[in-house]
Amino acid sequence: MSNLSRDDVAHVAMLARIQLEDHELDRLAGQLDQIVDWVGQVNEVAADDVPPMSHPLPLVNVTRPDEVRPSLSQEEALANAPAADDGRFGVPRILDEE
Amino acid sequence: MTTTTTGDLTRLTAVQMADALAAGEATSVQLTQAHLDRIERYNPSLNAFLLIDAEGALATAREVDEARARGEELPRLAGVPIAVKDIACTKGLTTTAGSRMLEGFVPPYDATIVGKLRAARMPILGKTNMDEFAMGSSTEHSAFGPTRNPWDLDRIPGGSGGGSSAAVAGFLAPLAIGSDTGGSIRQPGAVTGTVGVKPTYGGVSRYGVIALASSLDQIGPCARTVADAALLHEVLGGHDPLDSTSIDAPVPPVVAAATGTRDLTGLRVGVVREIGDTGEGSAFQPGVIQRFEESLEQLRALGAQIVEVSCPHFVYAMAAYYLILPSEASSNLARYDAMRYGARTTPDDSPSAEQVMAASRDQAFGDEVKRRIILGTYALSSGYYDAYYGQAQKVRTLIARDFEAAFEQADVLVSPTAPTTAFRIGDKMQDPMAMYLNDIATIPANLAGVPGMSIPSGLAKEDGLPVGIQILAPAMEDQRLYAVGAALEEALRVAQDGYVFEKAPEIEVRS
Repeated sequence: MSNLSRDDVAHVAMLARIQLEDHELDRLAGQLDQIVDWVGQVNEVAADDVPPMSHPLPLVNVTRPDEVRPSLSQEEALANAPAADDGRFGVPRILDEE
Repeated sequence: MTTTTTGDLTRLTAVQMADALAAGEATSVQLTQAHLDRIERYNPSLNAFLLIDAEGALATAREVDEARARGEELPRLAGVPIAVKDIACTKGLTTTAGSRMLEGFVPPYDATIVGKLRAARMPILGKTNMDEFAMGSSTEHSAFGPTRNPWDLDRIPGGSGGGSSAAVAGFLAPLAIGSDTGGSIRQPGAVTGTVGVKPTYGGVSRYGVIALASSLDQIGPCARTVADAALLHEVLGGHDPLDSTSIDAPVPPVVAAATGTRDLTGLRVGVVREIGDTGEGSAFQPGVIQRFEESLEQLRALGAQIVEVSCPHFVYAMAAYYLILPSEASSNLARYDAMRYGARTTPDDSPSAEQVMAASRDQAFGDEVKRRIILGTYALSSGYYDAYYGQAQKVRTLIARDFEAAFEQADVLVSPTAPTTAFRIGDKMQDPMAMYLNDIATIPANLAGVPGMSIPSGLAKEDGLPVGIQILAPAMEDQRLYAVGAALEEALRVAQDGYVFEKAPEIEVRS
């Protein structure tokens, strides 16, 4: 049922924030098309009246009192950052320049 | 007991080690050093450990020995060393999840399970190799090189927890921690001749464990015997307020079950007709089937009644799994944005945050991780969600219903754990679909959240390599796995003239 083209894979990779190189796109496109075709068999079985199950446990929201508790220090929180400056994470520009 | 040389100490079970420590026949420093010596000698051949913490392990061992000398009451496994899969955060010790993305990441906190190991006063020998972010069935997808199987260095040790299982099978550690999302504790256990347990979903805290697919992931023990696994299970289990999926109920009595009666009279053991069916015939190797049939004979001899049960939707479990896992993984791995932690690659031309993120993720993620993130992103994308992810979640309901019906007819279910013995390194690397088939028997349990165990059932006639049998029980009935596993383990030990792990050849030294 699927027909996952090279362009489709490039588009999805962009959504996933992975800048694939050309040779990766060529290889992945073929493999993903095969995998998507195979996983599509889930459409053969589940009827409309079957409720989806998202989780093996019946979950309820877990909350705790809103109290100040010990946490990581600023140094600990920044210790693994690729770039940090003046007690903050160092990030590239997020907004366009204009 | 004669434990005069350090070489002998590594051959003991964890139960025997704990007993030797309690009786003053060995010290934790001796035990820990014996394992460190063996790691130094054989880890270059196996690549089971990514990080070895000799100093930390010996410091814990010395503290335990001193406490014991003072007459302090100590936990049962105090002083028994352990290895931890590199997926669990260890404060101050590099944790990579087998990925370049986290190369050099030093967690500022311990995972809850690591805290429990520290409270149990178990020396942590180091961190074990794994498929990158636990995606794989062979440990060939580690960014830091494959782990090799102690039974044959040219073969895979299973995955994703191949490092933990190889360490236990090779006597580099008596116990190890694994994580099981689709079989990553049980399948490596099967192909290395060791015991691996996936507890009931929610039975062990996942706080501080690097997430793959949150509704499937479960932490559990790797060991050489069922009784050893039970001791570690009780250390790891229990409610954790830091994990909102943690079950708030007592840990099932697994140690009592593992050491209780060996009589299985009246137990109904279900064989699922559809497990292993690929839709095009059985996926199982003849030697795997043969050992499985012999295990059924042993179970009958122990008094169990074998019944055939049908789980008609299990044939769709693999397809549903390979939609649900990538979908959850694509979400969980979105946290690797090259900003707060993890690798960063900066393209040349005054890049934006988005470009840095995309370039970093291409550079630092391996092929299998990228394949699954893209598959998951596709399955969740507009226009495809209903056809793929939504349908997969319905199949999950059908599989959970199949289990419910099966557990009305049987107390436990059994199957071979893995379709084949350990295959050769490189054989399946170019064919993702062939690799995925390794998990065909283990995946249904993860989808439904039920507990599972693999124990060695013998060696395959055709290649002399270990084969595993899987036991499954209803949720929160983990003790049934241990009762059946311990009884079968003992029957097989007598019938086969020793445990499977005792028959492993000496490891060849390669550098």
